[in-house]
Amino acid sequence: MNALLDVRGLEVRYGGIVALRGIDFRVDEGEIVALLGANGAGKTTTLRAISGLLPIRAGDLTFAGTNFRKHGADAIARLGIAHVPEGRRVFTRMTVRENLELGGYAVAARRELDVRIDEVLSIFPRLHERIAQRAGTLSGGEQQMLAIGRALVAQPRLLVLDEPSLGLAPLIVAQIFEVLRDIHRRGTTIVLVEQNAHAALALADRGYVLRNGEIARNDTAANLARDPAVVAAYLGGE
Amino acid sequence: MHEFLAQLANGVELGAIYALIALGYTLVYGILELINFAHGDVYTFGSFTALVVLVALRAAHVLHGVGLILGIVAALLVAILACALLNAGIERLAYRRLRKAPRLAPLITAIGVSFMLENLIELWQGSAPVPFPNVIPNPELRFGALQVGVQQIVVVALAIVTMIALHYFVQRSRLGKAMRAVAQDRDAASLVGINVDRTIAITFLIAGALAGVAGFVGGVSFGSAWFLNGFGAGLRAFTAAVLGGIGNIAGAMLGGFLIGLLESFSTWFIGGQWSNVAVFSVLILVLVFRPSGLLGESLPEKV
Repeated sequence: MNALLDVRGLEVRYGGIVALRGIDFRVDEGEIVALLGANGAGKTTTLRAISGLLPIRAGDLTFAGTNFRKHGADAIARLGIAHVPEGRRVFTRMTVRENLELGGYAVAARRELDVRIDEVLSIFPRLHERIAQRAGTLSGGEQQMLAIGRALVAQPRLLVLDEPSLGLAPLIVAQIFEVLRDIHRRGTTIVLVEQNAHAALALADRGYVLRNGEIARNDTAANLARDPAVVAAYLGGE
Repeated sequence: MHEFLAQLANGVELGAIYALIALGYTLVYGILELINFAHGDVYTFGSFTALVVLVALRAAHVLHGVGLILGIVAALLVAILACALLNAGIERLAYRRLRKAPRLAPLITAIGVSFMLENLIELWQGSAPVPFPNVIPNPELRFGALQVGVQQIVVVALAIVTMIALHYFVQRSRLGKAMRAVAQDRDAASLVGINVDRTIAITFLIAGALAGVAGFVGGVSFGSAWFLNGFGAGLRAFTAAVLGGIGNIAGAMLGGFLIGLLESFSTWFIGGQWSNVAVFSVLILVLVFRPSGLLGESLPEKV
């Protein structure tokens, strides 16, 4: 089976410091893959390197057969990878609708864009109520919905999410994970970075555990959730 | 009363020119947080390119009627195009490679580019002011107590039409939205597929085009072009942009008109030699009491 996303030997440095080393990582079409690890293990760095936001020191990146190691972030987005960044990063001074329109920036046809935005609004009715509001006036949960919605307007083949539950009330987190499950059912492949490892492993098919910039474990989500070492390190306290 | 209205008209005319230049500062600042000190000199370049075209066409002496209008339009378009390309060229050659450098580096570079342009323009057109062809007939029109020249009306109308077009472009068009997105969050913009480098280049093109309009309009209005014009006009326009809230488009327009009026009325009340004092006192007061400007958002929110 061909991998949708294939990462081989990825290395990233910040100045002289090695942040990621020898990361091998693959995601097959239709999977949900969780990236776990402590703060500073390199989860966000991995996602940012894949999306072209960080320069890569070594390694190869392939998406649906296309080597995109030398692509810029915008070109990677147009390949079909949508990254919902840590901290949501919605355009706070623009309206909800403008944010969604920008999500479909690569969609030239106005009518097609409107259809896609309507679809996203049916997934997130809350955004529909806030459509003309500035994104900066939304609550944290609504901003996260908007960040995901903005990514979905692009109709990506791969949705990459960085800490979608961070700082949100449990009820909102449950809603967002329900939406992710639904998006996945409709055929979108998902890579998820989460502090909330319980929720992530409940959703994911497979998981990678990062430690100090390297991959420490790689197994099915069910096995990881049962593993005493993983439980002690990342699932403790609950 | 007559004098008051005449100064009002003068102030609006000056303000229209400052507003056009201020927009160039504010667009570039909004997207790069760079004060493009070379922008005033791009404006000077616009005046001279328009002047050269008008002289070459012998617009002031030979042309009349439709031919004259076409000549004026040609001069305006050449100035717009030349300034747009010059400004985008500056970005490509000087600023782009410094995008990840500390903020002082592009700022100093901008000052350097400004000196270079001033000297190149001096080399090209000499160090004395060059009379700008008198192409727009200037009969005075009376509206009650208000007396305005046709030139003033043309200048202000052209500036306002340009600003309205810019406003709709930035608010409504796909590229305008991309510009605002890059201005707010470059990484997030690239993640939705916006080519950040291209969008910044387009912003410089547009800022340059506005300087081209301002250069033409300024030449018509002041009746001459001089290689150092852009220094003074640029500083005033920069003050206007800060007054309105740098990075804010409506603020640059408002600030431009306010600075124009301030210059005109301070010249009337306390004398022309004091108008600089009045204008730059405003800059200082704004920086002390309202650094985000009249229409600027409060600074913490601007990130």
